[in-house]
Amino acid sequence: MSKVHPPPIMHPASAMDFLPPAQLQQVQLTRLKAMVQRAYDHVALFRQRMEERHLQPPDVNSLADLEKLPFTVKADLRDAYPFGLFASPLSEIVRFHASSGTTGKPIVVAYTQEDVDDWSQAMLRSFAACGLHRGDIIQNAYGYGLFTGGLGAHYGAEALGAGVIPISGGNTDRQIMILKDFGVTAICCTPSYFLHLIDRAGEMGVNFKELPLRAGVFGAEPWTESMRQRIEAESGIKAYDIYGLSEIVGPGVAMECVHQSGPHIFEDMFYPEIIDPDTGRVLPDGTEGELVLTTLCKRAMPMIRYRTRDITSLAADRCPCGRTLRRICRIGRRSDDMLIIRGVNMFPSQIEAALLKVEGTLPHYHILVDRVKGLDTVEVQVEVTPEVFSDTVGAMEQLQARLSHSIESVVGIRAAVRLVAPRTLQRSEGKAKRVTDKRNL
Amino acid sequence: MTVKQLSIFLENKPGTLTGPCRLLAEAGINIQTFALADTKEFGILRLIVHEWEKAKQVLEQNGCVVRITDVVALEVPDHPGGLVHLLEILEQAGVNVEYTYAFTDKLGDRVLLAFRFGDNEAAVKALQAAKVNVLGTTELARRLNT
Repeated sequence: MSKVHPPPIMHPASAMDFLPPAQLQQVQLTRLKAMVQRAYDHVALFRQRMEERHLQPPDVNSLADLEKLPFTVKADLRDAYPFGLFASPLSEIVRFHASSGTTGKPIVVAYTQEDVDDWSQAMLRSFAACGLHRGDIIQNAYGYGLFTGGLGAHYGAEALGAGVIPISGGNTDRQIMILKDFGVTAICCTPSYFLHLIDRAGEMGVNFKELPLRAGVFGAEPWTESMRQRIEAESGIKAYDIYGLSEIVGPGVAMECVHQSGPHIFEDMFYPEIIDPDTGRVLPDGTEGELVLTTLCKRAMPMIRYRTRDITSLAADRCPCGRTLRRICRIGRRSDDMLIIRGVNMFPSQIEAALLKVEGTLPHYHILVDRVKGLDTVEVQVEVTPEVFSDTVGAMEQLQARLSHSIESVVGIRAAVRLVAPRTLQRSEGKAKRVTDKRNL
Repeated sequence: MTVKQLSIFLENKPGTLTGPCRLLAEAGINIQTFALADTKEFGILRLIVHEWEKAKQVLEQNGCVVRITDVVALEVPDHPGGLVHLLEILEQAGVNVEYTYAFTDKLGDRVLLAFRFGDNEAAVKALQAAKVNVLGTTELARRLNT
């Protein structure tokens, strides 16, 4: 049974997605000037960095002038813990979020009421872009709490007029029961968690292909095109890539339209640049580099030229949907995730792509890096699925060899492949942890 | 004329064999025979039960990876040369033996073996032509229960 994917219904809030380029640039410039002025007036760190460069807000007269401004990096947010980068008095802050600080203190972000409203609009436009509308039932399995995913998607779904189920993360069996019983039409979660839901649903005798569920809004972790194909083939839904980060706003910075050709950045709110991560120089559209974002509307916490560490490129060619917003190409890797194995750069997403090239293998995998007698070793643990399992040892050893060969041809390093029993690798309800690095680097 | 065999993926470490066996025990399913193929890292548990569909369902609901394969159950005379005679038939038919294991029960002067051939159909045809008794599921159950 194939699902019905109706054509998207235009929401009035999406009008900003279709501004003629000249008009869009005018909006961007007006907002940028105000943003720079606001940050200069209220954020000591930004003002100090501007002064070091002998710059004043009036020096920003065009979008190209943005290049002169200093970058902001994650360490700046950490150093400013908790409230050092706020541009609004605490009396105007209505919301705080914080990242899960894996190293020491978390990163704190804040919102005024206008910021919360703007964010809701960005998420509303995200949902509308992938064809969701009033009448849809959205199961929001992003975590509610300090993480921006849950509340960000929640407010956007309500602003859209859809029915939102604030189920948050976890409790997989209940997720599946509600998905089925409520006739849910769209789900928000990480792509790895959705794969887990598909697996578990299969064990519970629930076939996603037979449910009204038609769209998945997947983000918060890098994933590959082959993973999208696998999700769509196994569940019959359309899997859409949403992009965002707390430092900028949360989810809703960019979102794919029904053509699934990379997330459109809501450029009237978040101005993108691509830079050479080594030199900091701005690169032209179409060239791969690090994504840098500037908030154009944020009041509580303006971010000027924030270095995301995400490696991508900007696509400026016109999308069939008619949006004038540029798209980011799939973010398969973050410069933070890069592993150096015997001098070769490797990203976990490359391993995923290599595994998915081998027919039938679900991407439940974990990468174990170690150093034995001074030599880096990589073991890729892969869960066996019914599709690839055979009753003969020979066939299973051939599978191991095919996986290993695929990794070597994609990544350029030799990795041992270990087949493990289903559900032995830890499942994440949020961002999947793909790598254990036991080397003391 | 074949019987259904369940194959289950196991990791090669202590305790992994217990899980599926306990699941079958709790479901009241008796194992007619089984064999374990092992490699350094993983093993394949092959087993034959009468209620194979129920067994598959129970195992899969509990997260096991299960594959159903057709195997051939044969009666072989329990005396020197009994097995050789059988293998010669297969050799002449050009059929490859992937693996084999025995049932624990003995029927008079005959033992029961389970075979997985490269080509089960060709094997059964050659064996039946040579008057070897090939057992189907019902016949197998009847023999094992009596």
